[in-house]
Amino acid sequence: MNPVLLRVRDLKAEFVTRAGVARAVDGVSFDVHAGEIVGLVGESGCGKSVTGYSILGLIDAPGRIAGGSVQLDGQELIGMPHQQLRALRGRRIAMVFQDPMSTLNPVLTVSAQMNMAIQSHRRCEAAQMRQHALSALAKVGIPDPERRLMAYPHELSGGMRQRVAIAIAFLHQPALVICDEPTTALDVSIQAQILVEMKTLVREAGISLIWISHDLATVSVLASRLLVMYAGRLIEEGPTEEVLRRPRHPYTQGLIDSLPSRAKPGQDLVQIPGSAPPLGELPLGCAFRDRCQFASSVCFTAPAQTVDHQRSWRCHHPLNVGGPVRLADAGQ
Amino acid sequence: MSSTGFIDLDRITRRFTSIPPFTQRLLKRLGGFAASPTVVYAVEGVSLSLAHGETLGLVGESGCGKSTLGRVAAGILPATAGNATVAGEAVMVDGRKTTTRIQMVFQDPYASLNPRMRIGETIAEGPVSHGMITKAQSASDVNRWLNAVGLDASAAQRFPHQFSGGQRQRVAIARALAMRPDALVCDEPVASLDVSIQAQIINLFLSLRRELNLTMLFISHDLSVVRHVSDRVAIMYLGRIVELGPTERIFTAPRHPYTRALLDSAPRLAADGAPMQDIQPIRGELPSPIHPPPGCAFHQRCAYAQERCRTELPALRATGKSDQAACHFPLGGP
Repeated sequence: MNPVLLRVRDLKAEFVTRAGVARAVDGVSFDVHAGEIVGLVGESGCGKSVTGYSILGLIDAPGRIAGGSVQLDGQELIGMPHQQLRALRGRRIAMVFQDPMSTLNPVLTVSAQMNMAIQSHRRCEAAQMRQHALSALAKVGIPDPERRLMAYPHELSGGMRQRVAIAIAFLHQPALVICDEPTTALDVSIQAQILVEMKTLVREAGISLIWISHDLATVSVLASRLLVMYAGRLIEEGPTEEVLRRPRHPYTQGLIDSLPSRAKPGQDLVQIPGSAPPLGELPLGCAFRDRCQFASSVCFTAPAQTVDHQRSWRCHHPLNVGGPVRLADAGQ
Repeated sequence: MSSTGFIDLDRITRRFTSIPPFTQRLLKRLGGFAASPTVVYAVEGVSLSLAHGETLGLVGESGCGKSTLGRVAAGILPATAGNATVAGEAVMVDGRKTTTRIQMVFQDPYASLNPRMRIGETIAEGPVSHGMITKAQSASDVNRWLNAVGLDASAAQRFPHQFSGGQRQRVAIARALAMRPDALVCDEPVASLDVSIQAQIINLFLSLRRELNLTMLFISHDLSVVRHVSDRVAIMYLGRIVELGPTERIFTAPRHPYTRALLDSAPRLAADGAPMQDIQPIRGELPSPIHPPPGCAFHQRCAYAQERCRTELPALRATGKSDQAACHFPLGGP
């Protein structure tokens, strides 16, 4: 396996609100290897986006990083002076956000925004800059890039806008790109185009990707490894296919089972009862306890991380361990 | 089309015409330059018929006109041409809704509930003002519907912001049900919800449908959700229905190349949980409904397009006993 590019250890991010302290990210640890695509999945409010923002140092008050370490190529990012962090952002780590309409500046042309991004890390002649921008747009599958360069964001379709945002993120050949649900707002057909383009782009350039999403099926198209988050904690980790076929954590199993594609048409879906606890009042022990059919008294203590080969999980009653595969039992 | 269905949409057309900008109107006054208004062809001559108790899934990408069609069916938006009826009653007359038999559930429960009204007021408002119940009865009625959607009676005293997205969607469903409808138009009712909550709401729809024998027009872009809840599926593309048929047939043996392409581009998990990594994207983007292309609207993106597709609009015609497709060269032969 390639060397570790990003090492996140015991990362904690919290938001201080009137109602109390919300622990959005509560001791998350994982590695991202060079050239690897990692999927970070979970439902809204589980802390997956905040994890992504924390890596880039994009947490503003009332939020704060409460502890932990994020190392890129061995260089500590937590507590790094603002100037140094700026020099890294966009050049070594970049981010693509969910909604390109709010990340692109509506009053600047695509060309102006790309030039700004280029100039912030490199001194460059105008003609060179134009060439650079053109080839970046062409790489993300934008037809007729010359014309798009002069366009304003509102003149582009949603898919084109997101491609521009992706092109900007890839401008400086960063080592790591964090994508926060970049295809959620797009149509199925456009999403498919972007997923396929992303895959080739990343493979050719050897860039590492953290793909944050709530959609297991979409993530599984790209990611070779999955990280599953629940209530601010990483509850399961492993190779994509392993996690999907033999989930260890009951929550992961519940997520997979509740997909409509897993049930017979017209029959009730498997549903996880209840909803995630508010981050301000997380219960002691396993946060999934109240929704879990396997919960017992031992779940009142927080489960430690169990590591086995390439997989890890935090559960007192892990599924699919040792014995036969659950789905094989069901006769599928 | 014969009007034997419970919900009948007969050649519905809906166009949106923009008022030309001020300068153009001024020029027209001064010099007689005729400024042509921009017309969005949202829905073009769509006919659909739903049997009593049937759920029809309406699938398409954004801008294909599925929500517009749903709004016309629910009597929220007048059609430019064509008729919508429920159980033989016109849904709208002269731009006013004339029936309570059909109600709508919207996508975003954050936007569709009045933030300043208590849940109880929201649910009781419709039936009280239509004289279905008296004000005195409203508390017990609200209770009944909250109960039907799996919410506690205490919810009636609370405001929308005190609920999660899934709970709000339950409130929105209760509000629609309180009008004692026979039919529901559900416009992406689970699109904004998390997977685990989505499953809860889908199950709620399934059980309500069984108990109340509701006829449903279920609009969604999510193929797996539609496959799960629908008896039949209609696929829309740029204002027209391109394929219509029983759910399983549509998903296993689509006749229209667009349906095939949609299925191939949706990421999904195999039955054993294995990820499907071989999605096949459709090339190109949806054409503009302001300037729809001549011939078949899909021809620029279609792998099978021929000369005829570029000039002649294919009509929606029978390809089997209960199937229809609008394609000159349907997959699997004519």
